[in-house]
Amino acid sequence: MPLTKSDNDPERARRFREAAMPYLDDLYTLARYLLRDPADAEDAVQECYLRAFKHFHTYRGPAIKPWLFAILRNVCYAEFSRRAGSPTKTIDDVPEAAVQPPIWQEPPETPESTMLRERDASMIRRLVDALAEPFRETFVLREINNLSYREIAETAGVPVGTVMSRLARARAMLRAAWMAAEEPTQ
Amino acid sequence: MTCDEAEILLHALIDGELDAGHAREVEAHVAACPRCADRLAAYRQMSAMVASADLKFIAPPQLRRRIEASLPAQAAAPSRRSVLKGFAMGSAVSALAATGLVGIVISKDDRQRIESEVVSAHLRSLQAGHLIDVVSSDQHTVKPWFNGKLDVSPPVIDLTAQGFTLIGGRLDYVDARAIGAVVYRRRQHVINLFVAQTANSERLRAKTDTIQGFNIRRWGERGLNFWAVSDIGADELNEFGEKFETAMAANKEG
Repeated sequence: MPLTKSDNDPERARRFREAAMPYLDDLYTLARYLLRDPADAEDAVQECYLRAFKHFHTYRGPAIKPWLFAILRNVCYAEFSRRAGSPTKTIDDVPEAAVQPPIWQEPPETPESTMLRERDASMIRRLVDALAEPFRETFVLREINNLSYREIAETAGVPVGTVMSRLARARAMLRAAWMAAEEPTQ
Repeated sequence: MTCDEAEILLHALIDGELDAGHAREVEAHVAACPRCADRLAAYRQMSAMVASADLKFIAPPQLRRRIEASLPAQAAAPSRRSVLKGFAMGSAVSALAATGLVGIVISKDDRQRIESEVVSAHLRSLQAGHLIDVVSSDQHTVKPWFNGKLDVSPPVIDLTAQGFTLIGGRLDYVDARAIGAVVYRRRQHVINLFVAQTANSERLRAKTDTIQGFNIRRWGERGLNFWAVSDIGADELNEFGEKFETAMAANKEG
């Protein structure tokens, strides 16, 4: 990896695009779940790509995915502290009823099978959104972004054992919330 | 093994993160402990439901454009990179051709690179859960799904009667750009038809290549470039391409 070339080196930008752009949807997904706000998620992902490109010359592989996730996570946590400093909007005291419904990409007309799946999906998204950190992050990285325990540990900068206990907690909380949500029909 | 230990480790068992020795230990505990067995079953079921629910978000196209715009090269060195706009990019191609052999060599490089990216996209699509974003054999469902996701709406043509079943559509990613993929099935084989916009409105004659054992048929028509990729034989893929072109011409006239 040539270190001598400048930031404007088109070859470096090309390699960066090839390596990093395929993860755009994954990164956007994590940002949506961490920040729970579509506009903030877009800003965070863009900032993540800017930082990643800036530091691309120091990146030494092999797995670029946890590296990108770790950068995004830092950006999101910086956003948390910014929100915590502003009196209007704090991530942890958004009441559940005020959590915005997920914005669907699909058009209103879809075949029935996918409609059922989407109804489940929006219920599960609400439950995941309601999980507290760091359990939400651990759950999303594992169940939605499909990272291995080791990759999650790298992303979050914690030992694998911590990932395991957080994931167990996250699933236990989600299961309890899920059962509560389905209570009336049972 | 205690229940407390098992309670943590059964998650690793579900996620396939345990080595064989530990997996056996957890399974032995679960076999002897009804409470942990219930938990394992419940978490397995929950994971399966979560996995099938499709909880990912798709990045909006404007975000992709914003990021692309913030990276150098796209603007700095336009010639070699701008392929999808590129390999048949009309006036710009003529300009390249005017520079002689160099231009021809470069455009050929780009074409091969794009074709290998298209094959990679095809391979990615065959991984579980990646093939289709919108599942439908109805062209009137698939086509509107693309609206607003791409700069150009790809033609979606049902070729079921001609032996190629439309099974859905997907957003994919080739040459650092979002492009549409329309997915067909021929017996057990998947055909991905990638569609991208081009500045060239002239018709581009079909050409078939083989890359990494996959056949790829490329053509251009009405400002769109098409790449059909599959592991079916070159003759069958040509048949697909011809039927698609015929149907598209009929749509235009009809």
